Formats: sequence, structure tokens, C-alpha cells
Amino acid sequence: MTNVQIIGAGIHPFGRTEDRSGRDQGVFAVRQALADAGLEWTDIECAYGGSEGAGNADIMVNELGLTGLPFINVSNGCATGGSALSSARNAVAAGQCDIALAVGFDKHPRGAFNAKPGDWGLPEWYGETGMMLTTQFFAMKIQRYMQLHGIRRRTLGMVAEKAFRNGTLCDHAWRRSPVDLDTILNAPMVNDPLTKYMFCSPAEGAVALIIASEKKARELGADGVRIASIAVRTRPPGSFEVFAPAISVERGGKPTELASKAAYEAAGIGPEDIDVAQLQDTESGAEIMHMAENGFCADGEQEQWFAERRTELNGQLPVNTDGGCLACGEPIGASGLRQVYENTVQLRGRGGARQVPGNPKTAYSHVYGAPGLSAVAILER
Amino acid sequence: MNVAIPVAEGLWTDEAEPRLIGGQHRLTGEIVFPMLQGDAAQHFDAFPLSRTGTLWSWTSQGFRPKLPPYAGPEAFTPFLIGYVELPGQVIVETRIEGASLADLKLGMPMELVLTEFAPGRSTFAFRPAP
Repeated sequence: MTNVQIIGAGIHPFGRTEDRSGRDQGVFAVRQALADAGLEWTDIECAYGGSEGAGNADIMVNELGLTGLPFINVSNGCATGGSALSSARNAVAAGQCDIALAVGFDKHPRGAFNAKPGDWGLPEWYGETGMMLTTQFFAMKIQRYMQLHGIRRRTLGMVAEKAFRNGTLCDHAWRRSPVDLDTILNAPMVNDPLTKYMFCSPAEGAVALIIASEKKARELGADGVRIASIAVRTRPPGSFEVFAPAISVERGGKPTELASKAAYEAAGIGPEDIDVAQLQDTESGAEIMHMAENGFCADGEQEQWFAERRTELNGQLPVNTDGGCLACGEPIGASGLRQVYENTVQLRGRGGARQVPGNPKTAYSHVYGAPGLSAVAILER
Repeated sequence: MNVAIPVAEGLWTDEAEPRLIGGQHRLTGEIVFPMLQGDAAQHFDAFPLSRTGTLWSWTSQGFRPKLPPYAGPEAFTPFLIGYVELPGQVIVETRIEGASLADLKLGMPMELVLTEFAPGRSTFAFRPAP
């Protein structure tokens, strides 16, 4: 496949911006990405974008300019950003255009996501009896994992502690204050074993990435980062996912494992070659389990990894260098692209106080969402 | 005597010791819960599930779910939920009754009961088996 690069990256700070709509945050991110790439809106030949709950992306042309470009709205739940990026990459790789945009944004109300059973093909009683909450799924997945693989509650706390510490060094993070381990562990329990500080919150934010062919990037003299591979996968039989009134006794694979394997194969590298990683950390347990599902360690080895602080900024494999979802919050349509944005920053060496030392050359991002899908992107410098 | 109205029709059998009603695929034998509706149901037969199983995972619900869809009582009391593996059949998500968090252990035996989750409305739950 033709080599494709990210040549511009923009972000609207995550968190709460009361007086700015989700889509306007998207426009903000697009303008920043254009400035970063040294391009004008008229240079963008096609665009892919979307949000989960803040409207259609293509209306952005009202603000950005009526250039007549094809603008495809993407609506793919938690993989909205990943699917937009994948589509933009494919359009460039296929030779449809030389410069494409991927953009994701969102603006969610406060509190836990409120899902309607009918939208998910589920009976009303499932919601009525109080079993249709994403937070319960994450808690039950890590609860079983802890029992089977000897993960301690304290380690869950260490994940959140690291996230908030990294967030203090990141100008697009929402939570910018450190939280100490005891406070995290002793906070009100939301869904055992996960306390309030171990969950991310629905939030607001936007990310825009400008994609170009390698030839175009060279012509422009761009500070580009190569997209080595992107893989989006849905769940295989026998997996355990959000919103499941029952699961099969025949246990099967996981969408993350499928996406991860496909991304490594397409990039021609393995987990041991990755220098920095952004892993979906909707809550503390997710980061721990996703370390294994993405091939970085065996089940249970996370205890040792955290004891040796291997996923800190200066560790062997820094994970969630911008504080992840825990510190940035989760605007669904933008969240997966934030991970790719952060990896672009790190590979360009522009991370400032949170820059991973040693000139990282490879970066891995992983998003997971309902109803069981995963997107992995590997970038190379 | 439980006179509460079931939260939905066809979730469990009407007998002295009720059983959850799943569905069994006619060709593969795969068992699902709940019984499918609409076109998806055409290859499945109703299949009453085992009343007993083992605890597969669990959690507490520490805050009141949003309304709708939640239809529990105004005064919120934290509750427990989990997954119970019905051996050889299916792993069902369920409310857990008659236990505190500290009592719950992976693989412990559980049995089906009916419970009033809101005034006058019943649903199924599992509790530790004696």
C-alpha cells in the first residue's frame, strides 16, 4: 500500500467548554491542524469526520469554506475517530486524493452515558432492572480478570495515579491536578472494584488530523509521521462485551486481539518494537487488561510492570502519556483520534514536559468501545 | 406469596420453582438468553434454563442508574449484579440477592430466585446456594 503520512495535527482542549458547541470545537481543531501543516482549507481534497452526540461533521464546511470537497460523515460509536482516520488513509492510499482530513468531536452531558435498550437491540427490562450501564461491564470484566490473574486493587489505583500525573504535564488534558494513591483507593465506589477516580467521564473535545501521500508530504517539506497500519475489527464469537444480557459458555476471542494482530502484521513489527502506546483506559482496569490484549505482556504480568514503573513516561513502554481517557475525559467521537494525535506529538518530539525520552520511533494506539469493536493504529517516524 | 408483576412476559417459566427461559438453536444447539424476538427467533426453540450455576463475575451498583430506562424505586439502595454460568448452557447477567460483596467468590454455587426490584414489579436474581 502507498505510504501515507500524518502531516498536520490539531486538538481542541478536552474537558468542558461551556460556550462552544462540539462542532465548533471540531472547527477549532481543523484550523489548528491546517496551521500545523502549513495548509489552507482549500488544500483539503476530501474529509471524513463525525461525532457520537454532537451532530454531523460535514456542516463544518459552513465555517471552513464551501470548497465543494466530498465530506463523509462517520458514525461508528467509539470507533468514529478511528474509522474516519482509516477512511482518510485509504482514500489517500487509493490515489483518490493527495490530502485528506480526519476529524472527530463530541460534547456529552454530565454523568454516565445513558443508553436506550432499543437502540442496542435489547429488551426494555434489561434497562429497567438497572443492568444496562457501561461501567458495570468494565467492573465485571476486571473483577474476573483480577481473580484469575492476581491483579491487586492497589494496581488499579496506580493506573489512575499515573494518568492524573501525566495529565498535569499535558495542555489538552482536562484533569490537570495530581491525585494521590490513597485518595483514589478510598474514593466512593462506583462499581466494585472501581472507585470514582478510576473511571473516565464523558467530556468534550475535538481532534483533526491531516493525511497526505508520501509524495505530497515530501513536496510540502512536511514534518510527517508515517501511518504504518490501521486495523478496525468487530467482535468474534464468544467474546465478552458491553451490554450483554448473556454470554456464551464457549469462550472465544476479543475484538482488541483481532485488531492488534492485524495491525502488527500489516506494519511488519511486533509489540516488542513499540516505543510508546496509548491504550483505551475508560477505567483503570481497561488499561491493565489492554496491555495484555495488545500483546505487550502476559496476563498477570501487569503487577510486575507497575511495580517496576515500566509504563511511566521514562519507562520501557510509556502508556497513556497525555493522561489517557482518565485525565482527558471521553468525548466519544474525538477520543480515538486524541490517542493518534498524542502519538504524533511524541514521534515529532514535541511533547514538552511529557515527551518520552530517547526519540521514540514507533507509536501504538488502541481504542475499544460498544458493542465490541476495536481500532488500532501504528505510527512510525 | 409473590404477587409482583414480572418486569417482562416470557422471561421465566410459571411453575413452583421458576426457570429462566432461554432459546436453543435447532441446528447448532447453541443456547442464548433471553429467548430471541422477531425474525431472529425463527431458528430457536424456547429452552428452560438450569436454576443453579456458578458465579462468573460480579460488581456493585453504587449510584442510581439514569431514569429512563431504570425503573427502580426513587429511594436508591445500592445493589449487586453479576454473571452466573449455567453449566453447559449459557452465562447470564443477573441481579444478586442475599449476599454482600464480601461473600462473593469466583465459582461459588448460585441459585435462581425472583425478587421485587421496584414496588409491585419482579425480576429474576441469583443468590448463594445453600
